[in-house]
Amino acid sequence: MLEEAYYQKADEIIEHYGKKAASLIPIMQDIQAEYRYLPGELLTYVAGQIGITEEKAYSVATFYENFSFEQKGKYVVKVCDGTACHVRKSVPILEAFQKELGLSAKKHTSDDMLFTVETVSCLGACGLAPTVMVNEDVHPKMTPEKVQALIQELRGDKK
Amino acid sequence: MGVITIDGRKVNFTNEKNLLEIIRNAGIDLPTLCYQPELSTFGACRLCTVEDDRGRLFASCSEEPRDGMVILTNTDRLRKHRKLIIELLLAAHCQTCLTCEKNGDCKLQQLARRSGQTTIRFENYKEMVPLDFSSPSIVRDPNKCILCGNCVRVCAELQGVGALEFANRGSETMVMPAFDREIGTTHCVNCGQCRVYCPTGAISIVHNFTPVWAALNDPNVRVVAQIAPAVRVAFGQVFGFRSGENVIGKVVAAMHRMGFEEVYDTTFSADLTIMEEAAEFVERVETGGKLPLLTSCCPAWVKFVGENFPEFQDNVSTCRSPQGMLSAVVKEYFRDRKNNPDGRKTIMVSVMPCTAKKMEAKRPNSFTEGQQDTDFVLTTKEMVDMVLSTGVDFDAIEPEAPDIPFGFGSGGGVIFGVSGGVTEAVIRRLVPGNDQHTLNEIAECGVRDGAEESFIREFSIPYNGMDVKICVASGLANARKIMEQVKSGEKEYHLIEIMACRRGCIMGGGQPRLSNIKKGIVRRNGIYAADKETVVKKCNENPMVLSLYDGFLKNREHKLLHNPMFCAK
Repeated sequence: MLEEAYYQKADEIIEHYGKKAASLIPIMQDIQAEYRYLPGELLTYVAGQIGITEEKAYSVATFYENFSFEQKGKYVVKVCDGTACHVRKSVPILEAFQKELGLSAKKHTSDDMLFTVETVSCLGACGLAPTVMVNEDVHPKMTPEKVQALIQELRGDKK
Repeated sequence: MGVITIDGRKVNFTNEKNLLEIIRNAGIDLPTLCYQPELSTFGACRLCTVEDDRGRLFASCSEEPRDGMVILTNTDRLRKHRKLIIELLLAAHCQTCLTCEKNGDCKLQQLARRSGQTTIRFENYKEMVPLDFSSPSIVRDPNKCILCGNCVRVCAELQGVGALEFANRGSETMVMPAFDREIGTTHCVNCGQCRVYCPTGAISIVHNFTPVWAALNDPNVRVVAQIAPAVRVAFGQVFGFRSGENVIGKVVAAMHRMGFEEVYDTTFSADLTIMEEAAEFVERVETGGKLPLLTSCCPAWVKFVGENFPEFQDNVSTCRSPQGMLSAVVKEYFRDRKNNPDGRKTIMVSVMPCTAKKMEAKRPNSFTEGQQDTDFVLTTKEMVDMVLSTGVDFDAIEPEAPDIPFGFGSGGGVIFGVSGGVTEAVIRRLVPGNDQHTLNEIAECGVRDGAEESFIREFSIPYNGMDVKICVASGLANARKIMEQVKSGEKEYHLIEIMACRRGCIMGGGQPRLSNIKKGIVRRNGIYAADKETVVKKCNENPMVLSLYDGFLKNREHKLLHNPMFCAK
């Protein structure tokens, strides 16, 4: 069970968008922005509040890559694997992140909850390929060599 | 309105909702996997794609008919296109066809044959996922799912439940309950309509015939059976009989041969149900009890009330369902040493059109003296499979009558198989007279369909100086609508009859599938015809029922015929 505060927050967000089926996606986005993930219990709660089935809400939440039922790290690293980045060798960059942080295609988030590494299909910055985004910051023309430095920089940022 | 040229022939159309309907009405059975006339159009399978005179390809299910259209349905391009779709579906399919429950009854199999598939060029790289055996009623095998979405739509649109949905995206898309829970733990009501609409073996019936065979072969066990009203008009179709033809005598004969010692007719306990339910209704009306009275025959509906309208659970009749009543009575009968001199164990098997009955039999209130009343529930489809496995020539077998003392039901019991039947039987019970005129008047009071099929019927009948307001509905989405209106106070009724499956038990989740769902009307007519053939029309004129009340049932009505408590599941 989640703490009561989660439901209160959800109530606020639901209130803001209105109790209607069409509010589902913005509500889920706000909840995820708040907690860096979408707690399953809250999804069930939201579905009941806006009058759709839990199955429907789950269907929408799993359709979009952006929603995650698992808690994400403090830094969400999005390695672009769109066509332009892919041909400019984005895969070695992804592998460098995974190796450095002990992650894999199945395990996206580091145990210290600092990093989540995922791929995205296109960041729309093909001119800067290969591109990586860390939270809201764009890191253009990445190389596997730069990965370690970036991680260290972010770790240093921790305090 | 207008004219369309289909493969060079001029075809008139009026108000068909899409091009596919017109093409099919014109005698061309375009293949489809996802199109169901009663559901919303999904347009997923693309098999109904046609070509127009400008070489444009489009799915005819999603195309509005326009006057003057020129349509081709059988060009080289289209044949190639259809064949490729089937090939791709097969490539990603778990092809254990020979051991699949749907073997011979699978739409994908039929279409593979129709499209002339001889090879599959692509490898199946999909990982196998485990089957879901959590429900007492249905088995889910996601490996056989072709993502047509029929189950998703029937569950949400006709049943108002929505226990299944698509999850994930692209090549990872699967149909599942929320959070990939086991279906048996969800609010699924076990109606089995998803299985009826599933074109492949992705959703099938839980089979219970293995332990029944074991019991039949055990000399120390007396195996007794009951056959529900709706079974008789659906059973024959698998053996080449006309849809809707009443073959109860042949089913009884085949079951006798298989070793069922006593084969009873659930129409008998349907009569008991009416005796009890009518009395309960009159009592509630006269003593100001909870109204509206909600019928309790349909276990999927009872579970639906428990899940969605728990505040109405005291409105649900305390009567056991006909299955529950007959099993309880039979078990009690053989518990009496007088009727069971050799002291053998009795196994009660019910043959039902319904997958939810499997759940009902295991409900905590389906036990008497700590024993499960109905040991095994077999659907019509399972009994068909059993008969097929014996090799009995169903066509040639001489019909036999069900056994006494529980094998004789009135016409009122027979019509339990259709939506409105329970109510009509209650009215027959309450209205004096049994002449043709009275019976016809009852049949025409609004309880049956009019010229058009309708799934919600509201009417009132005069009784003891009052106007009894009744609502009969089938399909749980309709039930939800009615209950919302009752809850808000918008509508008031004295009696509400709900059957979870549209048109009633004849279209239950355990029945053999019809090639066209609209043929349900034929089964309905079959039930009404079977009623016409009965000698006794009213439960209170059934001599077997009366003698039971006078003797064996005395002081045991409550123990055997009523539920000690409400249980949704």
